[in-house]
Amino acid sequence: MDYELIVIGGGPAGMAAALEASKNGVKQILILERAETLGGILVQCIHTGFGLHYFGEELSGPEYAGRFVVQVEENPDITVKPDTMVLDIVPGEGSHTVIAVNKADGLLELSCKAVVLAMGCRERPRGALNIAGSRPSGILSAGTAQKYVNLDGYMPGKEVVILGSGDIGLIMARRMTLEGAKVKMCCELMPYSSGLTRNIVQCLDDFGIPLKLSCTVIGVHGRERLEGVTIANVDENRRPIPGTEEYVPCDLLLLSVGLIPENELSRAAGVSMDRVTNGPVVGQDRETDIPGIFACGNVLHVHDLVDFVTLESQQAGKGAAAYIQKGTPAERTFIPTKGVNGVRYVVPQKVDKSAVEPVKLYFRVGEVHKNAQVRVRCGETELVKKRRPRLAPGEMEDLIVKPEQLASLPPNAVLTVEIVK
Amino acid sequence: MSEQKKYDVAVIGAGVVGALIARELSRSHIRIVWLERCNDVAQGTTKANSAIVHAGFDAKPHSVKARMNVDGNRLMGQVCEELHVPFHRNGSLVVAFTEEEVGTLKSLIARGQENGVPDLRLLSKEELHAMEPNLNADAPAALYAPTGGIVSPYELCIAAAENAVTNGAELRRNYEVKTIDTTEEGFLLSNGAEQIAASLVINAAGVYADKVARMIGDETFTIKPRRGEYLLLDMSMGGVVDKTIFQCPSPMGKGVLITPTVHGNVLIGPSAEDIEDKEDLDTTDAGLRSIQTAVKKSVPGFAIRDVITSFTGLRAHDDKDDFIIGASEANPRFVNVAGIESPGLTAAPAIAKYVARLVSAILDDPPKKADWNPIRPEPLRLREMTPAQRKALIAQNAAYGRIICRCETVSEGEILDAIHAPAGARDIDGVKRRTRAGMGRCQGGFCGTKVLEILSRELGLDPTQVTKFGGESRVLVGKTK
Repeated sequence: MDYELIVIGGGPAGMAAALEASKNGVKQILILERAETLGGILVQCIHTGFGLHYFGEELSGPEYAGRFVVQVEENPDITVKPDTMVLDIVPGEGSHTVIAVNKADGLLELSCKAVVLAMGCRERPRGALNIAGSRPSGILSAGTAQKYVNLDGYMPGKEVVILGSGDIGLIMARRMTLEGAKVKMCCELMPYSSGLTRNIVQCLDDFGIPLKLSCTVIGVHGRERLEGVTIANVDENRRPIPGTEEYVPCDLLLLSVGLIPENELSRAAGVSMDRVTNGPVVGQDRETDIPGIFACGNVLHVHDLVDFVTLESQQAGKGAAAYIQKGTPAERTFIPTKGVNGVRYVVPQKVDKSAVEPVKLYFRVGEVHKNAQVRVRCGETELVKKRRPRLAPGEMEDLIVKPEQLASLPPNAVLTVEIVK
Repeated sequence: MSEQKKYDVAVIGAGVVGALIARELSRSHIRIVWLERCNDVAQGTTKANSAIVHAGFDAKPHSVKARMNVDGNRLMGQVCEELHVPFHRNGSLVVAFTEEEVGTLKSLIARGQENGVPDLRLLSKEELHAMEPNLNADAPAALYAPTGGIVSPYELCIAAAENAVTNGAELRRNYEVKTIDTTEEGFLLSNGAEQIAASLVINAAGVYADKVARMIGDETFTIKPRRGEYLLLDMSMGGVVDKTIFQCPSPMGKGVLITPTVHGNVLIGPSAEDIEDKEDLDTTDAGLRSIQTAVKKSVPGFAIRDVITSFTGLRAHDDKDDFIIGASEANPRFVNVAGIESPGLTAAPAIAKYVARLVSAILDDPPKKADWNPIRPEPLRLREMTPAQRKALIAQNAAYGRIICRCETVSEGEILDAIHAPAGARDIDGVKRRTRAGMGRCQGGFCGTKVLEILSRELGLDPTQVTKFGGESRVLVGKTK
C-alpha cells in the first residue's frame, strides 16, 4: 500500500479532510492538487467574507486558505503533490488505485486504503445556455475573469454586463468596478437572486449597480470583440417577453449562471450520483456507496460558504480515518433522507441509524419563502422544527437530528425535510 | 508597395478545399503561395458544417457534384489515413416516416446507383429498428448507405495544411486579397500593402469566391450564403444513434440530421436559411428551437440536454446549383473552385485531385517531387494512450505530464506541438481545434487562462495581444490598476 489515504484536491475541502484524518491517527496521507499551489479557488478570492462561522473573524480567501496550508505543510503525516492531475480512480476490494500524472513523477499509479474526493466544482459555460447571436471574444465565466484580474493582473473588459447573480458574479461586479470598469447591470433569469444577500448589498447596492430580476440576455452582438448584448424581461415560464428587448453596449459579458460539481472521476469510478446535487450519494460520514471512497465540499454539493465546506470535510476526514482503522462496520442500517414541499435536496442522502453524534442535514429550498418553518419528520413524527425569517435558494440551510432520535426510529423509516407554511 | 514575390500558383482560401488543393499541388515542383484572410486555416464553412462524408445518392446524376462526391468518398479513407485525421465509416440512414416517403427512398436508391454509390439498400422496419433502436418506432423503412461516414472537417483542413506546408507550400495568413491585376506573366495580387505575383490563381474563397472572381471581371456566378445552425451535445448523450440519420427529403424541406461525431459527441442540425450577409454567423433562438423540434421526428424520446455549444455555418450556395470547378471564362489561368456546398467536404479530396490535373496541364506538366511526403505525423494525444505509452512519453518530455485542459486531458506538450507545427496555432481557438483544449464541458473556463499564457510565451506576444481567433478578438483589454 503506497498511502493510507489519498485526497484528490487541495482546496479547502481536501485540506480539511486530510488534516482531520491526520488528527484521527492516519499516518500516510497524500494530497494530489492540479494547481501549482494549495488553496483551490480561494487563492483568487481576494475579497473578504470568509471564516465568519469557522474562525469567528472576517478573512480574505487567501488568508482563509493560508491557515490550512500552514497546518498541512507542517504536518509530517501529509505529503502534497502539486501540479498533478488525477486521471483515474480504480476501486478495488480493500484497496483503491489512483492514477495521476505530473511533470516530476510522470505517470503515477498509487494504491491506498481510502480516497477522499475533493475536486470542487466548475462554472456553467455559455454553450450550456444557448444564447443566440455571434461568437466574439469578451464572454467569460465570472471565475475565469476573476483569475485574470486577481492573479494575472489583466482586465478582460471595460464595460460589463453580468448574466446570472451567483456569488462569483456579484463579487466580480464589485471587483471590476473597483478596477475602473463600468458594470452596467446584473441580469437574473429568476425572480430572485441565487447569491447571498450580503453580496447583493455589498457588491451591487453599494455601487449602484442595478440587479434586474426576471431578465436575461437573449442576444450577443459583435464579430470579433463583443459590442453589446440584447436583454429582455422573461415571463413566469422564463420565456422572453416580446417588446421588452433592450440593447446594452458592452465589451464584456460575465456569466455567473451556476456551478457544477466536477464528478467525472467519481462517475468513471462507478460512484452513485444524486441527480439533483450532481454529487455523490453519501452517508453522514460522507462515504459514497463504494466503501472507502468519501466525498466532501463542492464536489459533493455546491456550498455558498467555505466555512461549511471545512466542517463537512472534517466529517469526511474523520470518516475516512475510521474506515482505514476499523473497516466498514459489520452491521449498518441506513435511513434515507428526502426533501419535499419546497426542499430541493438533502445531504447526506442517507444516515446511519447507529450514529453517535448529532447529524446535520444540509438542504436547499427551491424558492424564496418569508417567515417559514422548516422541519425534519419521520412519517407523522416531528423530530426537529425551526422558524426561519427567510429561506432562499442561494442560502444553504441545515437542521440537526440527535442520535437518540435516530435510534428510536422504526425500520423502513425515511427522514423527510420540508417547509411548513 | 514594398517587395513583390513571384509564384507559379496562388491558392486563395484556406478552407478544407483550399488545403487539399495546396497539398495536392505540393506533389509537383510548383512554387505555391497560399493566401488566407483569417488568422488561421479552417475559419469559414470548414469549421461549421455537418462533418459528414456523404455516400453520394443525393446529387443529380451526371452533375459535377455527383462525380466529386462519389470519388471523394472513395478517396477519403486514404487521405485521412495519410494525414492522421479521425474518420469513421459509420454508415448513414435516410429514414422514411410515411409509406409515401418509402417511394422517395426508392428513387434515391436508383439515383445513387446511377451515381455509382455501392451497397445501397432499403431496410425493412424490423432491420431498421434492430440497427437503431432509439429511432421513431413508426418509421416504416430507411435507405442504408454503408459507405457514409463522419470526419472531423477542421482537423482534415489543419492536417492537410500542415502537410502542404511541410511539402513546400507557403501559407500566408492574415492576407486578404483585395485586388487582382492581370499582367503579361499572369496576375498581381494585393492586400493593399504587399503585392504577390503568380502565373496562375486558384479561387477557393468559399462564400467570397464570387467577390474574388469579380476582381478579374468574372461575373458568371453569385454565391448566396445559406445559413445552417447546429447544436453540439456532450459525450454523455453519445450512443443515442450509431449511424448518421437523415430525414427523408419532403416538400417541407430536407429535414435535420442527427449524427455521432468522430469525437463521441452528438451533432444535430442544420436549419437552412438563405441570407445576404456573408459574415452573419449568428445563431438564432428560432433556428435552434426549430432543429430541436425537427430532430424529435427522428428520435422522439430524445431529451436534449447537456448542450456543449451551438454554432452557425454558411454554405456557399451558388446560383448554378452545381459545383463550379474550372478555368474562368474571363481568364484561362484563373481557376474557380466555387459553390462548394454540401457535399463539399466529402468531395474535397476529389476536387483537389481534379484541380491539380488542371493546373498541371496549364503549367505544362511540372515534374513531381521525388521526396514528396504524403504523411502528416500523428499528433501525440495523451488521452488516447495506454498507461505504458503515457509513462514513456512523459519520461521523454515532462511537458506531456502537465495537464492543461482537464475536461479533455490535454497536456502542455500537446499544446506546444500545436503551436510549433507547420501552419501551427496562433490563437486560442487554433489551439482548441488542434488539441481539443477548451472543447470540453467547461468550454475553456479553466484552461483558457493557461492556454493564453502559453501562447503569449511561445509566440512572444504580450498577453493583451493574444486573441481568440485573430483580428480584434483579444481576450484581455489591458492591465489592472
